[in-house]
Amino acid sequence: MSAADQLDAEALYAELRAGVRRLLKPDGALVGITSGGAWLAERLQKDLGLAGAPGVLSIALHRDDFSQRGLSGGAAHTKLPFDVDGRHLVLVDDVLYTGRTIRAAVNELYDFGRPASVALAVLVDRGGRELPIAAACAPATLELPADKRIRLARDDNGRFRFEIR
Amino acid sequence: MTRTLITNARLVDPASGRDDAGAIAIDGERIAIVARGHDRRLSDFDAARTIDAHGAVVAPGLVDLAARLGEPGSEHAGLLESELAAAVAGGVTSLVCPPDTDPVLDEPGLVTMLKFRARNLHRARLYPLGALTQGLKGEALTEMAELREAGCVGFSHADVAIRDTLVLHRALQYAATFGYTVWLRPNDAWLGNGVAAKGPLATRLGLSGVPVLAETIALATIFELMRDTGARVHLCRLSSAAGVELVRAAKAEGLPLTCDASIHQLHLIDVDIGYFDAAMRLVPPLRQQRDRDAIRAALADGTIDALVSDHTPVMEDAKHLPFAEAEPGATGLELLLGAALKWGEATKLGLSKTLAAITSRPAAVLARSRGAAESNKRGLDEGAVADLCVFAADESWSVDGTTLASQSRHTPFARYEMPGRVRCTIVAGQLAYEAAG
Amino acid sequence: MFGRRNPQLNANDELIHLLSIEGLPVATLQHILDTAGTFLSVNERDVKKVPLLRGKSVFNLFFENSTRTRTTFEIAAKRLSADVINLDIARSSTAKGESLLDTIANLSAMHADMFVVRHSESGAPYLIAQHCAPHVHVVNAGDGRHSHPTQGLLDMYTIRHYKHDFTQLTVAIVGDIVHSRVARSDIHALTTLGVPEIRAVGPKTLVPGDLKEMGVRVCHDMAEGVRDADVIVMLRLQNERMSGAMLPSAGEYFKTFGLDGAKLALAKPDAIVMHPGPINRGVEIDSAVVDGNQSVILPQVTFGIAVRMAVMSIIAGNSP
Repeated sequence: MSAADQLDAEALYAELRAGVRRLLKPDGALVGITSGGAWLAERLQKDLGLAGAPGVLSIALHRDDFSQRGLSGGAAHTKLPFDVDGRHLVLVDDVLYTGRTIRAAVNELYDFGRPASVALAVLVDRGGRELPIAAACAPATLELPADKRIRLARDDNGRFRFEIR
Repeated sequence: MTRTLITNARLVDPASGRDDAGAIAIDGERIAIVARGHDRRLSDFDAARTIDAHGAVVAPGLVDLAARLGEPGSEHAGLLESELAAAVAGGVTSLVCPPDTDPVLDEPGLVTMLKFRARNLHRARLYPLGALTQGLKGEALTEMAELREAGCVGFSHADVAIRDTLVLHRALQYAATFGYTVWLRPNDAWLGNGVAAKGPLATRLGLSGVPVLAETIALATIFELMRDTGARVHLCRLSSAAGVELVRAAKAEGLPLTCDASIHQLHLIDVDIGYFDAAMRLVPPLRQQRDRDAIRAALADGTIDALVSDHTPVMEDAKHLPFAEAEPGATGLELLLGAALKWGEATKLGLSKTLAAITSRPAAVLARSRGAAESNKRGLDEGAVADLCVFAADESWSVDGTTLASQSRHTPFARYEMPGRVRCTIVAGQLAYEAAG
Repeated sequence: MFGRRNPQLNANDELIHLLSIEGLPVATLQHILDTAGTFLSVNERDVKKVPLLRGKSVFNLFFENSTRTRTTFEIAAKRLSADVINLDIARSSTAKGESLLDTIANLSAMHADMFVVRHSESGAPYLIAQHCAPHVHVVNAGDGRHSHPTQGLLDMYTIRHYKHDFTQLTVAIVGDIVHSRVARSDIHALTTLGVPEIRAVGPKTLVPGDLKEMGVRVCHDMAEGVRDADVIVMLRLQNERMSGAMLPSAGEYFKTFGLDGAKLALAKPDAIVMHPGPINRGVEIDSAVVDGNQSVILPQVTFGIAVRMAVMSIIAGNSP
């Protein structure tokens, strides 16, 4: 279990890249969840030498807390430049926590078609699962108090770091 | 005969312009003694009741030239009782009601009955206007002489426009035969249909607008007919600056005319409609700032003779409709005093001149319309009829459903702070209203 | 009625009803347009449904008939997974004398979550918003001459889609503006979004001078009105205008204020032609222009569904 201040996002990215390379099936595709997951997928696509662009997925329309939070601002919407039907997908996100984001992401994917499989790769698993969801690849695990948030940030040179608040 | 003494009063008599500390002694229906300063006659006056008016103004009772009572014809029980009670609660001792009742006041029997019922309630004095045409249909004349005999103080067409100028001409001619005063609201029959005042606000809100033209065209027609027939006219509910100008010129010319404006036109403008507030659905519609300013100035300089409440009871749900479908009108008898005082404060007229707009000046209009010889005993004169309003000018009250005596609670002045709290109202020497506490 | 606070916004300035475009902050309008973009892409998927309004009941209360508008709201609500109930009030209870507010109270008792209201009187949706239960949201689908906010928004979406930058545009609105709720909504939206030149074009009987207080330039000449315009919005001319002594005939109207190829040529070469529908071919607009390549009338319909989905989902997510 890592301590929060010891997290090196770039080092973890290297491990993630190795893990995703193992998870990816031939003719598989990457889908990153906005915004941290999308950044990771973008770099992974390049580093793994995949053609084209990764899919970018917004969970805004499938959130389960819509009645409390409303529809938030921001125009991010899902762009999947490939056919989902029958495809082996690797879903990428920065942090796995309650599992609700992943549940919404899978529902969103299903609006586009029926994938052959969906595997989950994340940088950090902070526990606290509220749904039966697991990552196939998670280079770091971390315990954080419930009132703290952790997410990925990216500087102007594209280098990753974590922000904990 | 009851003898009442009112002491420690501030006596304000707009007819004479006097404003003094003093006392009033009432014997029976009349004022017996008006004592300004020390008066030996007071010690001989054996009063059955004494009212201490410390901190209050004693003025003549208010005369409201336009108040609908909803009777005959209302589905609501006890409207005559409640509305006449509302009148005295507001310090109004005499009121004129228009003939647009159901049935219309075009038969002497209806008028007699109405006056009889009102008299027995011992509240404010009721002076009905008779219909100018039968059923207010604008076709056939009413029996004006009969109606006069039954007690009508004048003849009116309420808010119904007379389409046929020939009929209007003949009606004025006939009334002029007997010297009757015709009470008319200047509003063109075709241009005058609309639910708001024509202008940028009505355009923005998508409401049908009544242009100022509807009033000025009607005024021009009325003045021409007056020149031709010699009829005496009282113009009701002036609403526009242009209208005020025409009236000023007509009075300067010497035409025998008087006019009034309502408390709504005195204080509110079209922008007050806000988000389609049906309390602002009024006839005439609320106009713009420059019109309000002109009305305020005209009431101050006497071009407009009287301020009226335009009291129109509107019951509960009739306002719970989209603006254009809501019933026009608002309660007003209890707001006349406050509305006048508010205007007086703003224009710095002084209490006597302010009160003149709701006492001596409307009283003069009413007297002329009744054909009563203008008595030299009026207002707070010794020997005048004891119709008085005692009110605390320095106190104010908040307008809401719990503070209004009228059965109708709809008013655009809801939640306003109204200056002037009536302590008691005396009609013909009797205590017609006394505030609780 | 509502004091001075805009009844469409809650205490946090979030949209809880859509009654009029007037008084809405520019950020709110842009949020709606951005969200509509998301829903446009949803409408191109195989599965055109998202669960945002699942379990919610949307009641279409149309006191004034309109199958077209009602259908687009129904499609929009169903794509948000809502249950939709259509009530043609014109033919039902108020015909039997039930008051407007009693109708609303009855429907609230049936656990309505949202009312989409069209009424022939200006201000009716405000009355409904004031009297319905606190958690119920109201969308104005057109009230009298006052406002048709979803049409205004979809018109803005259309302009943004083809022209991108509002701050450089000249927009001409042509026709029966004094009776048009679409025109009023368009004008409020255009001024809020910063369009520098908005022209109201038509004869004096249909385009009153006091419109300039809303921030438009009044033109009583068609050529002057459309010259160098980037966007031309044509409004439908109703038959009542002839019988109400506002116009002599449809023929004369078409000659003087109708949009044909010759008049369109006076506008910018890439000008777009819009119309809220339904179109009176040959009365306000020539068939050739309707079917021509500058017309974006059909895309307006597509955008309309996405915009209504955006409006309904935004207001449903905000509490009073």
